[in-house]
Amino acid sequence: MSEMQDYQSSLDDVSSRKFETFSYLPAMSAEQIRKQVEFIVSKGWNPAVEHTEPENAFDHYWYMWKLPMFGETDVETILAEAEACHKAHPNNHVRLIGYDNYAQSKGAEMVVFRGTPV
Amino acid sequence: MAKTYNAGVKEYRETYWMPEYTPKDTDVLACFKITPQPGVPREEAAAAVAAESSTGTWTTVWTDLLTDLDYYKGRAYAIEDVPGDDERFYAFIAYPIDLFEEGSVVNVFTSLVGNVFGFKAVRTLRLEDVRFPIAYVMTCNGPPHGIQVERDIMNKYGRPLLGCTIKPKLGLSAKNYGRAVYECLRGGLDFTKDDENVNSQPFMRWRQRFDFVMDAIDKAERETGERKGHYLNVTAPTPDEMFKRAEYAKEIGAPIIMHDYITGGWCANTGLAQWCADNGVLLHIHRAMHAVIDRHPHHGIHFRVLSKLLRLSGGDHLHTGTVVGKLEGDRAATLGWIDLLRDSYIKEDRSRGIFFDQDWGSMPGVFAVASGGIHVWHMPALVTIFGDDAVLQFGGGTLGHPWGNAAGACANRVALEACVEARNQGRELEKEGKEILTNAADSSPELKAAMETWKEIKFEFDTVDKLDVAHK
Repeated sequence: MSEMQDYQSSLDDVSSRKFETFSYLPAMSAEQIRKQVEFIVSKGWNPAVEHTEPENAFDHYWYMWKLPMFGETDVETILAEAEACHKAHPNNHVRLIGYDNYAQSKGAEMVVFRGTPV
Repeated sequence: MAKTYNAGVKEYRETYWMPEYTPKDTDVLACFKITPQPGVPREEAAAAVAAESSTGTWTTVWTDLLTDLDYYKGRAYAIEDVPGDDERFYAFIAYPIDLFEEGSVVNVFTSLVGNVFGFKAVRTLRLEDVRFPIAYVMTCNGPPHGIQVERDIMNKYGRPLLGCTIKPKLGLSAKNYGRAVYECLRGGLDFTKDDENVNSQPFMRWRQRFDFVMDAIDKAERETGERKGHYLNVTAPTPDEMFKRAEYAKEIGAPIIMHDYITGGWCANTGLAQWCADNGVLLHIHRAMHAVIDRHPHHGIHFRVLSKLLRLSGGDHLHTGTVVGKLEGDRAATLGWIDLLRDSYIKEDRSRGIFFDQDWGSMPGVFAVASGGIHVWHMPALVTIFGDDAVLQFGGGTLGHPWGNAAGACANRVALEACVEARNQGRELEKEGKEILTNAADSSPELKAAMETWKEIKFEFDTVDKLDVAHK
């Protein structure tokens, strides 16, 4: 049995701040991000990219990167937009969204590039 | 031609057995499983049930002739064999919509499962399913928010939500209780829950519990940067007291409250659901006492009917059972009532125990809640069975972690996210579950310890209430 550990989390430590789905897993590799993009496309959802300063991640509204990519099914195009957003805002969280317009909800939402918490 | 009055007892089937009747789109339809008394023909037993659950009484009375009873009566329109059971049969009964007060599950069920269940002509009786016509559905308020709105309020997308019932269920002081809540939420759960029998006992009055729990929520939100909630149980001895507690929960900013819809009663539940819609507070529904009503396969009300009832009465979450550890038949039936809670149109499907098409129109869906006896090793099966629109609640499976609640919560969150990521990649969770969890545990000592504590699970329990399938 593993030896007991303290649970590392505090108000003082900005790395304690999470950002919802997949934020308890290690940061995704390029290959892992690609698979999630493929999943969103396979579901017929509309991909979108948003970003925010990590200290404002709790807000409902992040900054949209351009408009959602309605009808876009090309994985390369979607990945390129996520990367372009990351390049333009290297310190920000960048999240990938799959808008499910039938459910009027987001079928998927995950941070694919993690910003620098302050 | 006007009828003449003849006093005396008539055979029910003369009036209430109508095999030629074609149900109307506006009829409420019910399927009963009937065990007749020896010697009572099926048609007579079915007609008796139709009569006693609608307009009939045991003898003809002269005032029957002051109205058009043929319009208001329930009609037994079909009889079917129960697969694998020679003693019982299914009776299908249509009720005209005018028999029921709009928006009142209380009224519908006072008729459908009222006196008829004690009626002598039948030995046992079980209400298997009810088709609510869309015309009736539209008179009910239904869930105060529904799945999509709750996701938006809580900011949770693309995965099931995670909860935990705080234990020990009885005896903690409010401040110690709040500690247990805080530890769970900071570790990564979305919700914690009052146990159903936590109301306002001498050891912990509701007011102190609400205050300390809200403090725990606030701090966990600031610490994790994620939205959190705790189902504050407002189930109370009287409606006035229930609303008083609900008002206070709103006042301190609690996002969600909780009610026990069967012991608390459907009148109270429907009122509370309307209050929740008006006040923007989510509503979690527990189902204490359901097994008294739904467990016996020959008598009572099937849980799929209680699920539909709750969707009409109103709630944003409902406990549905966990499936895992049980048999295939139970799994199919559970999947049936999960669909009835969440989807907008559900087709008849006898392989899942669904006897009628059910159209919910625009009525919002209800989150299915899987709670009880589950831990990290169940995660691959739970994600597969329940999909995203569910709350997976690990009580002992969080609090029983050897390093405490925060670590237990974190283990569950990591396991959940690993399973969702793998599912999205097209991997088969139930087949590859061990590998997926083991891999995730490489970067999560909390998950590793949880996996050591609970070990792999086995499926070895039989169910009492199985779907009716042929045994011959």
